Amino acid sequence: MTARRRAGKRGASPSELAITRYPRAAWATDVGRVRTHNEDALLVLNASQEGEQALPPFGLFILADGMGGQRSGEIASTLATRTAAAHILQHLYLDALISPELSAAQPSVSEVLEEAFNQANTAVSTMVPGAGTTLTCVLTIGRRAYVAHVGDSRVYLLSTGGAEQLTHDHSLVDRLVELGQLTADEAASHPQRNILYRAVGQTGRIEVDINLHTTSPGDRILVCSDGLWGLVSDQEIVRMVSTSSSLQEACEMLVEAANLAGGQDNISVILIEPPGI
Amino acid sequence: MSTVYKAQDLRFRQVTRLCAVKEMLNLTNDPTARSRSLRNFEREASLLATLAHPAIPQVYDYFTEGDHSYLVLEFIHGKNLLAVLDETPGFLPESRVVNWALQLCEVLIYLHSHQPQPIVFRDIKPSNIMVDDKNRIRLVDFGIAKVFQGEQKGTMIGTEGYSPPEQYRGVADPRVDIYSLGATLHHLLSKQDPQLEPPFSFRERPIEKVNPSVSPELLAIVYRALEYDINQRYGSAMEMYQALANLRPGETSAPMFVTAEIVGGRAPTPLWEFACEDEVRATPTVANGIVYVGAYDNNLYALDAKSGKFIWKYPAEGGIGSSPCVSQGRVYFGSQDHALYAINAETGQLLWTCPTGGAIYSSPRAQVGYVVFGSDDHKLYVVNVISGRVVATFLAEAAIRSSPAIGEDVIYFGDEAGSVYAVRVSGQTLWRFRARRGIISSPLLTEEVLYVGSRDGYLYALDSHAGWDLWRYRTSEPIVSSPTIGMGAVFFGSADGHVYSVNATNGQLIWRYKTEGQVTSSPAFYEDTIFVGSTDRSLYAIEAKTGHLRWRFPTGGPVVSSPCISEGVVYVGSCDHRVYALPI
Repeated sequence: MTARRRAGKRGASPSELAITRYPRAAWATDVGRVRTHNEDALLVLNASQEGEQALPPFGLFILADGMGGQRSGEIASTLATRTAAAHILQHLYLDALISPELSAAQPSVSEVLEEAFNQANTAVSTMVPGAGTTLTCVLTIGRRAYVAHVGDSRVYLLSTGGAEQLTHDHSLVDRLVELGQLTADEAASHPQRNILYRAVGQTGRIEVDINLHTTSPGDRILVCSDGLWGLVSDQEIVRMVSTSSSLQEACEMLVEAANLAGGQDNISVILIEPPGI
Repeated sequence: MSTVYKAQDLRFRQVTRLCAVKEMLNLTNDPTARSRSLRNFEREASLLATLAHPAIPQVYDYFTEGDHSYLVLEFIHGKNLLAVLDETPGFLPESRVVNWALQLCEVLIYLHSHQPQPIVFRDIKPSNIMVDDKNRIRLVDFGIAKVFQGEQKGTMIGTEGYSPPEQYRGVADPRVDIYSLGATLHHLLSKQDPQLEPPFSFRERPIEKVNPSVSPELLAIVYRALEYDINQRYGSAMEMYQALANLRPGETSAPMFVTAEIVGGRAPTPLWEFACEDEVRATPTVANGIVYVGAYDNNLYALDAKSGKFIWKYPAEGGIGSSPCVSQGRVYFGSQDHALYAINAETGQLLWTCPTGGAIYSSPRAQVGYVVFGSDDHKLYVVNVISGRVVATFLAEAAIRSSPAIGEDVIYFGDEAGSVYAVRVSGQTLWRFRARRGIISSPLLTEEVLYVGSRDGYLYALDSHAGWDLWRYRTSEPIVSSPTIGMGAVFFGSADGHVYSVNATNGQLIWRYKTEGQVTSSPAFYEDTIFVGSTDRSLYAIEAKTGHLRWRFPTGGPVVSSPCISEGVVYVGSCDHRVYALPI
């Protein structure tokens, strides 16, 4: 299993700095134990600019879980990740580097995120017709975390209080649970649990869930594909992240746990420590 | 997967007998599953052949060739309802939809009374319903193709949209078809395809919101059919048929959506009114049982909050458009005469004045030891509360009429040139954001987000640390009204006449309420109600959650003053020169 696993560079251990000024992140992705190829894609980017006129610490974290036959799922997830990242970086970071003045002439963060998802949607539906992908993006600007989301990958805010799910699955079974027609356990084993009602790659404009959160020092943000949350409980996730010695170790423990539970799907995780100040 | 061909039956050589041939590909790979699919196909085809109803196409034959199975059916000259809906400009007439619904109920009554077992169609939707040129309905595509579908693997996009929740638990009750018929009617009346919407979101997308011409009686029938709880729906197709038959199509009734604006309780009777000698445009302030309010007659008035009795007044040398601020026994207010005044809150005696180079419309804010305000001379002033001495000033690009918001060590304010500034008392500018037009609305600082309206028509949500524009909400006219927050929503008015409620986190509209004038008054939030004035001369009390009117109180002039609430009483000024005290 280890031979097939790719993993990020070792993350900073908590002992290095009590409170970091910049977001730190680690990640891991694995094909799992059943599938033959990995349809997940991810992107991790941390940018700092200091000086007389500093820009706030900027972090961009994207995860996509593709779907579709003949390897089109992995093309869709990669394409969506890159298209969205390019748009966000251009309009929220490169433009700010060139002209630091803040004005209404520039689009708002929400508008940029929504447009980035729609460009990803157009790219996937024209270049990989019939395929689709989930797309989940966490953008950190200082201690603000923007979560933009379509599909059933998830974002959790891990704090001393436990795990709070910041995203809402766009799946049929999730709606049925909301309506009280299925229990969470029934949903987890429902034959149609893989049906999404919203994903990147569908026709027309896509509605994007966008939410803003302010993080507290010590909080962690976890972005993961259903290969993790479908097999490892929230309590287990919190326990592993809080007992690990580094962000990277936590990512590897999470992937290992999903594989031990069967590894029925691709498993991808990004673990983010937002800046403490 | 199936394909339908238009074919001619060559066994009848003398005539042209058209038929529809449905071709289905057997997708099951496992030999046992494969033969099970074939047996199911034959059983379903035979069952269909025994049905005899004018709304069900006749089955002529069926056969299997290799991987493919075929069903030969009566050919229907007509279009499916999805095509009819697409070709209709605007909405379909209610009477036509009711007519189809009655025919569909009839065929469901036939299917559901089938012996020995009721037949549940399970797939009622516009694309499975055909209508011919005589407006007769046919139910096509009995779900026979489903027997050939292999098990689905992996994630898929898209839901059926018309199926009730219990169908996903494997329930095959005739009332499944009642729900799907309701979903079909919802689609036909609202023109919103449920396959493109979140599943089971009919409630969140009421028909009358997009198509106000539908009668409340028909709406009630559709919503009953769409109940998520199977026991709340019509018990049978017959029951739904009777409800539909009782409608008198063609008779239109009042659109439902306006009722919310007409309905509303009776306006409250004022506890007291106080007449000044000129317009009251500024917001009153209440402290220690005293209402302080400035008027354009140059006076700052102190009134007893309970009785409205006059206590004292202090005359400035110009009109007072700025709202007073009370702190530690002192009242601060600015005047058109260029000065900021500090008055003893109890006695009305002058403590000091601070002259500036322009008229003062910005309302002062008191912080520990300091009072902060802007002036038309383009400067923001920080003044010592004891001496009235200027401690610091910041030069903006234009007049500062917006009142400052004060955070931890940071002062936020806007100017008439459209800039929003975040400055430290030490003089350092943290950031500056440029809107397209001037800022007169006072920024609201909360949860590390700064909300501010602009004359460019936008409400901006800015990151208070960095000044980044997190989201913005567009109205069609300038925003002069200052935002207020409550229950996760930001409330504000616009010169376009509406009071808005938008989600504080993502800027999505929750509701808006239309008044008959411009809303330049800033809303006040109390418990579950929003109070706001309009230039249509009224003060409105609006339900904060829903945007429904609670009551409307008419005054004799435009209400541009913002209401102030204290101990269950709303205080507001009007351009009719009066100050009103109203019970909530």
